[in-house]
Amino acid sequence: MPYIPNTDDDRRAMLQRIGVKEFEELLNAIPAQLRLNRPLDILALSEMELLREIEGLSRDNHEGLICFAGGGIYDHFIPAAVGTIISRPEFMTAYTPYQPEVSQGTLQVIYEFQTHICRLTGMDVANASMYDGATAAAEATVIATKVTKKNKVVVAETVSPLYREVIDTYLSGRDIKQALVPMDAGRCNLNRLKEIIDDQTACVLVSQPNFFGLLEDVEAVSEMIHKVGGKLIVSVDPIAQAILKTPAEYDADIVVGEGQPLGLPLSFGGPLLGFFAAKKELVRSMPGRIAGRTTDVDGKTGFVLVLQTREQHIRREKATSNICTNQALCATAASVYLTLLGKTGLKKIALLSAEKAQQTASALFDLEGFKPYFDSPFVREFAVRTPVPARQLILSMVERQVLPGVDAGRWYKNMNDCLIVALTEKRTEAEITRLVEGLKELTASDVLSQM
Amino acid sequence: MNIPADLKYTEEHEWVKLEDNIATVGITDYAQGELGDIVFVELPGEGDNVTQMEPFGTIEAVKAVSELFSPVTGKVVEVNSALDDDPMVINHDPYGDGWMMKVELSDTTQVEQLLDTAGYKGIIGQ
Repeated sequence: MPYIPNTDDDRRAMLQRIGVKEFEELLNAIPAQLRLNRPLDILALSEMELLREIEGLSRDNHEGLICFAGGGIYDHFIPAAVGTIISRPEFMTAYTPYQPEVSQGTLQVIYEFQTHICRLTGMDVANASMYDGATAAAEATVIATKVTKKNKVVVAETVSPLYREVIDTYLSGRDIKQALVPMDAGRCNLNRLKEIIDDQTACVLVSQPNFFGLLEDVEAVSEMIHKVGGKLIVSVDPIAQAILKTPAEYDADIVVGEGQPLGLPLSFGGPLLGFFAAKKELVRSMPGRIAGRTTDVDGKTGFVLVLQTREQHIRREKATSNICTNQALCATAASVYLTLLGKTGLKKIALLSAEKAQQTASALFDLEGFKPYFDSPFVREFAVRTPVPARQLILSMVERQVLPGVDAGRWYKNMNDCLIVALTEKRTEAEITRLVEGLKELTASDVLSQM
Repeated sequence: MNIPADLKYTEEHEWVKLEDNIATVGITDYAQGELGDIVFVELPGEGDNVTQMEPFGTIEAVKAVSELFSPVTGKVVEVNSALDDDPMVINHDPYGDGWMMKVELSDTTQVEQLLDTAGYKGIIGQ
C-alpha cells in the first residue's frame, strides 16, 4: 500500500484547481536532461547485500585527507564528550519534542544554545537554530524587507557564493529586487555600495570575515546602511568571532552564521547548523523557534517555547517565515562544544587557527610563483595566487592525501589561480610542512605541465 | 457586552469615533474578550497613510494573532504609544485608554458607511 493517500481523482481535482494540465508540468523548472523520465529502479537487496553495496560505495571516499579547505565549513577538533552527550536517547530523537511537560531537558539545551549565540554575537535575542548558515542569511534578508517595508536587498559579492545562491532561490517569486556589490581587492567595494544603496534599500548583507577570509570594514557599512534606514545583516564565522569585535558593537541588526565549526563534523554537505540572532526590536519578526525561561506555578524555573504567535501554525499565511523547525541535535552539539571550551577555550581555538594561518600564509607566499592574492588582513583563511590553476593543484595534492584549499574559480570569474586556504587548531607543523612542500614539489617539477 | 451607541463599527471588530475630521480607532469589547490577554500591538507610524478596510497593524494575544483593519482612509496623526508598555489596557478599557490611533480624514462621509450599534450587534450575534 502506498503511503500517499491522494487518489487519482484528488490529484485531478488539485491540478485543475491550480490550472495545470498534468503533474509533469510542475516539474518544468528542472532541466530535461536532469530528469529521470522513468520509474525509479530500486534494487531489492537483503540486509547483508545492502551493507556490502554501501560499504563498497563508501570505499570510494577519500578518507583521512589533511584538510586545508574551508569556505564556511571548517575541520576543527571535536571532543569525544560532544558525541557521547548528544547520543543520549533523551537528545537523540527523530523529531524535537517541544511539549514543556515532557521536554524540559531539550528546551533547556535550546535555551542555553540561544544564550551562547547571544554572548558570542553580543546580540539581544537568538533563535533555536536554522538549517544552515545560508538559509539563516536568506531568512534575514526577507525579514529585513518585511520590517522596513522596503524591497531592495543588497548583498556583497564577497559573501559566500553558496549563500548567494540560496538567497536567489529565497527571493525569487517575491517582489524583491536584489543588487550585488562588487569587490575591490577582495573586499566589499564601499564606493559602489554607497552608489547602490538608497532609501528603498531594506538591508545590506556582508560577511565578517568574508569568503576570502578578509576582514570587511563593517563599521563603514553599518554607518552607510543605517543612514538610509536599512538593516545591517552580518554573517559571521563563530570561531573567528571569538577574537573579533561583536556585531552588536558595530550596530548590526541581524547576525547569522554557520554553526558547523562548533562541534559538528565535515560530512559531505550536512547536517549543518544555522544560527540567527537579532536586536530585541526585531524579535517578533524573527523566524524559527525560540525557547524562553520562566517559572511554573510553584515558582520553579522551567523552559517553554515563547513568542509562538510569530509562527506558521498560529499566524498561518501571515507568518514572517515558513520555517517551524530547527536543527536541535546539531544545536545541542554546539552547546556542548561551547560549554566544554568556555570563553577562554574558544578564544584559544580562534587564536591558534589565526596564528597557524599567518604562519602557513608566510610559508606559501615564500614559494616561487605563489603570492598573496589580496593584501588586507585576514583571520584564519586566506587567498593565495597560484602559478598554475588552483583546480590542478587541488587534484594533484589530493593524490598526496592533502586537500589544500578551495578553488575560488568555481564561483568567481577570472580567478582560476586563486586558492583559498583555511587553518584550524587541528593542523600540525608536520601537516603544514606537507602542504607547503607538496605545493613546492608540484610546481617545481614538471608533474603539472604534463597534466 | 458594551457597544456604545456613539461609535461606528467594522465587521472586523474595530470601532471608530469621529470628532471634526479626526477619527479615533480601536477594537471592540467583543474583540478583546475573544482574543484574551493582549500581549503586543503593532501600530503604524505617525504620518503613515491608512486605507479603509486594509490592515494598519497587528494585535497579538497569548495564543492568537490578528490583523487590525482600518475603518477609515486618511493620515495617521497620533498613535497610542502607551500600548507598547501595557497592551492589556485594551482588555480593560477598549473604548477609552485602549484606543490605538487617530486618523485625519479628508472625507468624513466614509464613516457613515460603517455599521452602527444595531448593525454590529447583528454581526456578533447579539
